[in-house]
Amino acid sequence: MEILVCIKQVPGTSEVEVDEKTGVLKRDGIDSKLNPYDLYAIETALKMKEEKGAKVNVITMGPPQAAEIIQEAFMMGADNGALLTDRKFAGADVLATAYTLSQGVKKMGNIDLIICGKQTTDGDTAQVGPEMAEFLGIPHVANVRRIVELKEESIVVEMDMPNTIEVADVKFPCLITVEKGIFQPRLPSFKLKMATKDKEIPFYSMNDFEDQNEKNYGLNGSPTQVLKIFPPEANTDHEMWEGTGEDLADRLLTKLKELKFV
Amino acid sequence: MNYKAIDSQDIEYLISVCGKGRVFVGEEINEDFAHDELGGIERLPEVMVEAVSTEEVSKIMKYAFDHHIPVTPRGQGTGLVGGSVAIHGGIMLNLTKMNKILELDEENLTLTVEPGVLLMEISKFVEAHDLFYPPDPGEKSATIAGNINTNAGGMRAVKYGVTRDYVRGLEIVLPNGEVMEVGGKIVKNSSGYSLKDMIVGSEGTLAIVTKAVLKLLPLPKKAISLLIPFPDLAMAIETVPKIIKSKTIPTAVEFMESAAILAAEEFLGMKFPDKSSDAYLLLTFDGNSKEEIERAYDKVAHICLDSGALDVLISNTQERQESIWKARGAFLEAIKASTTEMDECDVVVPRNKVADFIKYTNELQSQFQVRIKSFGHAGDGNLHVYVLRDERTEEEWKKTLGDVFECMYSRARELGGQVSGEHGIGYAKRPFLIESMGENGMQLLKNIKLAFDPKNILNPGKVC
Repeated sequence: MEILVCIKQVPGTSEVEVDEKTGVLKRDGIDSKLNPYDLYAIETALKMKEEKGAKVNVITMGPPQAAEIIQEAFMMGADNGALLTDRKFAGADVLATAYTLSQGVKKMGNIDLIICGKQTTDGDTAQVGPEMAEFLGIPHVANVRRIVELKEESIVVEMDMPNTIEVADVKFPCLITVEKGIFQPRLPSFKLKMATKDKEIPFYSMNDFEDQNEKNYGLNGSPTQVLKIFPPEANTDHEMWEGTGEDLADRLLTKLKELKFV
Repeated sequence: MNYKAIDSQDIEYLISVCGKGRVFVGEEINEDFAHDELGGIERLPEVMVEAVSTEEVSKIMKYAFDHHIPVTPRGQGTGLVGGSVAIHGGIMLNLTKMNKILELDEENLTLTVEPGVLLMEISKFVEAHDLFYPPDPGEKSATIAGNINTNAGGMRAVKYGVTRDYVRGLEIVLPNGEVMEVGGKIVKNSSGYSLKDMIVGSEGTLAIVTKAVLKLLPLPKKAISLLIPFPDLAMAIETVPKIIKSKTIPTAVEFMESAAILAAEEFLGMKFPDKSSDAYLLLTFDGNSKEEIERAYDKVAHICLDSGALDVLISNTQERQESIWKARGAFLEAIKASTTEMDECDVVVPRNKVADFIKYTNELQSQFQVRIKSFGHAGDGNLHVYVLRDERTEEEWKKTLGDVFECMYSRARELGGQVSGEHGIGYAKRPFLIESMGENGMQLLKNIKLAFDPKNILNPGKVC
């Protein structure tokens, strides 16, 4: 079984400042790290490796120094990795990123299962995984909170919906994005660091891809552009009501009508 | 000792100094003030006063001195040896309301604080200014004066030393009410006996600290931890002297067993990142660049692997650090939650004797059929060994505890150790200090006490 985990290098601190003038995240001089959500994806893959002898591959898109996080995935136990890097990929939005990754996946050979973290800590969109699956034309399940069973031809997962938990049996090849806390990620191993320090990490650029049309990558391939990034306004206004269910429902309906929500 | 009992006149005087709202008598005093964190030694003071200024402390001390009333200074009550329990009744002087950070002097790299400022407030405040107060005892809600009075150590002692090394100067109130300053914002001092250093670690028996000038360092920019699984604890601990010998200086070297980790997991409801082994060393390195730290830990990682470590696991991000250190921080509480009562032994032995001592506590465990848990600062030789009561009756417990402690303290002495590494002597450990110090040593301590406190009114019955 071949598993591919998509990972990303993100700023090392959660307190990233936004440049007020340009609205762009200030990344200069900030340490970077492997997206914390991706650690759960790697751990999920490694558990499958331990259980079923699966091979774990990782892929990332980024500047050359993003090879560091592939090295880190090796230190956790990943078998192979590749970096998609090309100036032409710069400025990609979620759609262009997902497309680039989907092209990269094709370079990795036959993959049965793609695992992504639920989202990244710098963009928090949670869109790249599912969009990538759409480009690849494979089924996908987001917000996976538990692996129920890993079968020969498919995987059974629990997905965390807002009010329910749904169980899905998904045929390979497919893509899942996993929730924080699905497993406690292991720490990188110094032994594996030494064992894999000379392991080659192939770099792929656009010229290595099946689709070599520049218009589909980077800024050119991005229908959206970030104008401004700002923390959402926290609205803490609230009223507390007490009463029976019926009273409260009536009051709530009146209030919603007052506010013209219904 | 015959002390004057508190009467209505005394209460009136205290109210005239502090106002009615800060003087508590009889049932107004919360039961918590009868004991400290570990319990066991209990007595409520006759009156508790919350002082908010040096002047108030001075007036109260002068009055107590003139009227021969015992005074027990108290911070957050997080001690473990009964040091802040009013075993002779009298006045409890609660200093937690004197909790202001007074001055950050960036030219002298000092921080001036009142005694009731909490350790966690100090680190938060100075780190926001890229500065660093290294002493790092596990109990972050302790007051700074409590730390000063016990000469608290903590995990970073291996590299940075203990509280005493970071106290530059103190404002103190003597038992007779006189206010004086010892030390100051000075780096060197050869001016007579170091009174400042006598106050540090005096457990509130010589004077009351009303202000402290602390030494700060520039904040190291980066820190990483190594979690190192070993096949067994003996092998883990025997590796520590080799690490020390290698001349790399980790910030902290802790040891832990899987039982403590499992207890912490259950207590916190969280998962620890590794369970492959029964025993671990936990090392921290700090520095200013990733490369600098990597160079230091590379050497240590090889030493550990050569000494039989199963692997060396690297914790280099905030999330990873939290997954480890949160568990480490909960060990005491988790062990406490697993039994009915416990008592602790905070001995310190030369660093190359830690393994001997831990092996010995394991022998005691089977000899006395009692659960003994330990974790601690392998890098500085300070051990925290907990003896658990479990289902023993009061009588059996006292007997077993006495026997086990007697064995542990005498073994520590044989190994060239001392009674307390950082928790102090207080009331509970006096018999062991007497054994360890000998007659001459105890007489010196008593004479020092007498020089500061001729009427023996300040925290009597503690230390000596």
